[in-house]
Amino acid sequence: MSKTLIRGAKVLGGEPQDVLIDGATVERVGTGIEAGDATVIEAHGQILLPGLVDLHTHLREPGREDSETVLTGTRAAASGGYTAVFAMANTFPVADTAGVVEQVYRLGKESGYCDVQPIGAVTVGLEGKKLAELGAMHESAAGVTVFSDDGKCVDDAVMMRRALEYVKAFGGVIAQHAQEPRLTEGAQMNEGIVSAELGLGGWPAVAEESIIARDVLLAEHVGSRVHICHLSTAGSVEIVRWAKSRGIDVTAEVTPHHLLLTDELVRSYNPVYKVNPPLRTERDVMALREALADGTIDIVATDHAPHPHEDKDCEWAAAAMGMVGLETALSVVQQTMVETGLLDWAGVADRMSFKPAVIGGAKGHGRPVSAGEPANLTLVDPAYRGAVDPAGFASRSRNTPYEGRELPGRVTHTFLRGRATVVDGKLA
Amino acid sequence: MMRHLISAADLTRDEAVLILDTAEEMARVADRPIKKLPALRGRTVCNLFFEDSTRTRISFEAAEKRLSADVINFAAKGSSVSKGESLKDTAQTLEAMGVDAVVIRHGASGAPYRLANSGWIDAPVINAGDGTHQHPTQALLDAFTMRRRLVGRDAGLGQDLAGRRITIVGDVLHSRVARSNVDLLHTLGAEVTLVAPPTLVPVGVETWPCEVSYDLDSTLTKSDAVMMLRVQRERMNAAFFPTEREYSRRYGLDGERMARMPEHAVVMHPGPMVRGMEITAEVADSPRCTVIEQVANGVSIRMAVLYLLLGGNESDAPTTNTRTEEK
Repeated sequence: MSKTLIRGAKVLGGEPQDVLIDGATVERVGTGIEAGDATVIEAHGQILLPGLVDLHTHLREPGREDSETVLTGTRAAASGGYTAVFAMANTFPVADTAGVVEQVYRLGKESGYCDVQPIGAVTVGLEGKKLAELGAMHESAAGVTVFSDDGKCVDDAVMMRRALEYVKAFGGVIAQHAQEPRLTEGAQMNEGIVSAELGLGGWPAVAEESIIARDVLLAEHVGSRVHICHLSTAGSVEIVRWAKSRGIDVTAEVTPHHLLLTDELVRSYNPVYKVNPPLRTERDVMALREALADGTIDIVATDHAPHPHEDKDCEWAAAAMGMVGLETALSVVQQTMVETGLLDWAGVADRMSFKPAVIGGAKGHGRPVSAGEPANLTLVDPAYRGAVDPAGFASRSRNTPYEGRELPGRVTHTFLRGRATVVDGKLA
Repeated sequence: MMRHLISAADLTRDEAVLILDTAEEMARVADRPIKKLPALRGRTVCNLFFEDSTRTRISFEAAEKRLSADVINFAAKGSSVSKGESLKDTAQTLEAMGVDAVVIRHGASGAPYRLANSGWIDAPVINAGDGTHQHPTQALLDAFTMRRRLVGRDAGLGQDLAGRRITIVGDVLHSRVARSNVDLLHTLGAEVTLVAPPTLVPVGVETWPCEVSYDLDSTLTKSDAVMMLRVQRERMNAAFFPTEREYSRRYGLDGERMARMPEHAVVMHPGPMVRGMEITAEVADSPRCTVIEQVANGVSIRMAVLYLLLGGNESDAPTTNTRTEEK
């Protein structure tokens, strides 16, 4: 199999080194490595990271192939520097059986751009009434370990308790979409100054915080592991911080858009900013950045949510919630965390690769860049500056909030087990 | 003058006064034997109503017809939120038919803003009420009614409402009328107090240019106008307040409360009134209550807005126009 030599890249932002890939494995890391018959990539000034891992992606297949397919979604992931994504269960049919998760898993293998690890539904049809066959999904070829009704909250406390208890048998984790349903009936945006003025139904912070508080207490009570999806408020940060200090086994994720955008943007009534949980305030954004830096929030996850144009080119209330994120995530993290001095590149590797791989149990991903490890790697040019142009997206959908906005950084190369999926910024 | 009328907050003091003054001219048309001006002859205005509102639609229609516009009424009840494309497609259909202005009523906040700002159409857009957001012509007709009653009909020309104290009572949370009035009355120099139970006041109200009180009685004696809002009975089932009787006792306007208002103070209501709950028959039928005037003034205000937005020709203007200019 072919060899590739990445020359002079700053591994995890450290001193420049050469990295020799042989087949699917990193053969050597050092200085002055001879190229021999290897293809050489001159990477001076670039940052070499372990391939990124996204614990929260919507690939829409099966059922909404007009928004995204496993193929287009994994191409978008590779473009953004990802080598593994966890696909959420809210497809049609819902991924609540071994059959559906195996289908998604197989489509991921066939795509070849990125490993796809399906997430199983917690309850049948995401309806919150009856536990899905969690064990069967775990034992299937897909080997599911993460379960989530994302898009809906497992709001019944007993159901949540049982799910947390049940997955202990095989080391699973419940990823909770924290949204108290009664407090968010008719919710259209963050409840606060802007919603009051615009007359849009409010999604109060306490609807998220109250569920997180309940779930960390449940996890403590039954001795299980809970993961909080797309945490979005300063108050949620405080609760997770408290839970961790108490030794509760909780992890949490934040999306790139919640690190950058605020509810002030909703004044445009442009549904491209409509997302769940909603964009919050400047104060929340700052608290989330700080929490990601100090480790209270463990990881960045995209919540990549593709929607076709017609679902966004309408009035706010009628529009679908969600935004695409795979192709811009690293740039947003560079701008909000690296360029602000809150996180170095090693920290980025930790929050976007090492830790998500551990939480989700993604084998072969989130590994150190060293000899003998799988060659899942991402090369980033941090000096790049450019306006986001959705026309160039690999994702089938274009619902990005960053159109025309200048963001730093660009993924130049992505390697999945030694094979380049992105070369010079273009899909291979 | 601005291109669209989406929010009362978009109007400057001078623009608002110009609309009020123009409406005063338009009101004179109603006194003529032939209640019609040629100002919008040959222009087509579409009333695009995604939400039922017979009163507002008829008011706009009367205004359009008095200005000699051709009127198309489009009722698209129920189709709005269930299928988003309908707004865009409908708008583009109307544009293709050569509509010169669109008056839109929509159940979703922000729909008129989207219509005006998404490049779907070129025609001026007039917001006739969107969700719980804005209803700017209602605020204008309310201000017009207050100016006539508190400042005077001719004496009011060129004047604003500086220093007047206005109390707005009821379901502020769900009220586009309250939002529009707070914005416009503040622009016109009035001091506004919102009165409601805390459950019917939006989170975030603290940034609004007004006071908020939970106690109606303490505000009555210093009010120049008390505007009662409609309270929908279904709010009771959603636990916004315990019972209709309790709401009525604490926030309803009856004869006894009205007697404590200053002698010159007026009682207003955007209609339709729920008699007995928010307002007693005694108050609703008293000469201090302006509900019927508000309806009449609505036509004059909407004529003024259409006339100004569609840039009616000078030659078509009402003959008494010079009076406005002198001021």
